[in-house]
Amino acid sequence: MSATVTADQRLSQAKRITVGYGFWIFLLSDIVMFACFFATYAVLVGATDGGPDGRQLFHLDGVAIETACLLASSFTCGLASMAAGNRNAITFYVAMAMTLGLGAVFLGMEATEFLSMAARGAGPTRSAFLSAFFALVGCHGVHVGVGLLWLMTMVAQVYAKGFRADILRRLLCFTLFWHALDIIWVALFTVVYLIGVAP
Amino acid sequence: MIEPDPLPGVAEVAPGEPPAESSEQGILGYVVGLVLASGLTAVSFYITRGNLFWSPSISTALIVLAIAQMGIHLVFFLHITSGPDGTNTVLALAFGVLIVFLIIAGSLWIMANLNHNMLPMDRIMNMQR
Repeated sequence: MSATVTADQRLSQAKRITVGYGFWIFLLSDIVMFACFFATYAVLVGATDGGPDGRQLFHLDGVAIETACLLASSFTCGLASMAAGNRNAITFYVAMAMTLGLGAVFLGMEATEFLSMAARGAGPTRSAFLSAFFALVGCHGVHVGVGLLWLMTMVAQVYAKGFRADILRRLLCFTLFWHALDIIWVALFTVVYLIGVAP
Repeated sequence: MIEPDPLPGVAEVAPGEPPAESSEQGILGYVVGLVLASGLTAVSFYITRGNLFWSPSISTALIVLAIAQMGIHLVFFLHITSGPDGTNTVLALAFGVLIVFLIIAGSLWIMANLNHNMLPMDRIMNMQR
């Protein structure tokens, strides 16, 4: 920032920092909640009660595509936030649409995986391992679903109200949320899927 | 004329905000992050499938790769830096990491200990008869 900013701009930036910091604290508490689900999963991973374990259930090809989708959507979300900072509406809409599409593909693949597991008799009621699995992965999926609703809301707000300071603050929170979901997915595909099928 | 600073000492960059720079540099940061994260992900999937590594070492390697990738995400996507603007953000993150570590390590430790001290299930069943 140059030395010639007005007091109004300075106050607006201070509010942006306060909002971003507050949302960062919320995200950390959300990550602590995920840590509880991860701890539950790690304790119960061997409790299959004679049912199928991860090695029989998980298909890494699908997980690799899901991971690629979420990583690419994190990238396009970053591009959208930069476009919003530059007041570039076309780039913003295109990047947000790509984020929405990639997130929807991720969610669809996860839903298909859950349904096929349940159809094979490996639903959440089969064993403690599967209860913990569906709770952990499902909780992340619910977060992605909420994130997609929030994304569409943000696009509508930018469309209706433009790049106002308050809209940009909400957009900052959404960007933080979406990147945090990708960080949780990194822990998730490593701990659940990769270590689950590793020799 | 330069106006007086209404809030002296307040940091100038919000968490998650790219530092003030040209948009080419900003996009370059995201591209570098994407390339590094994709590379680490590819290595993770590769060592899980291949027979390249001594199998007991694979889970440790996977956890190290995941922690490295989370660091990449924090730096290049969330723009968490150790600079003076980010002190509060980094301190909050450090506290969060401490709590996460206590929950996961503590749960595994106490449950393994209880499991170790518990009677085998068939003997419990016999006692209940």
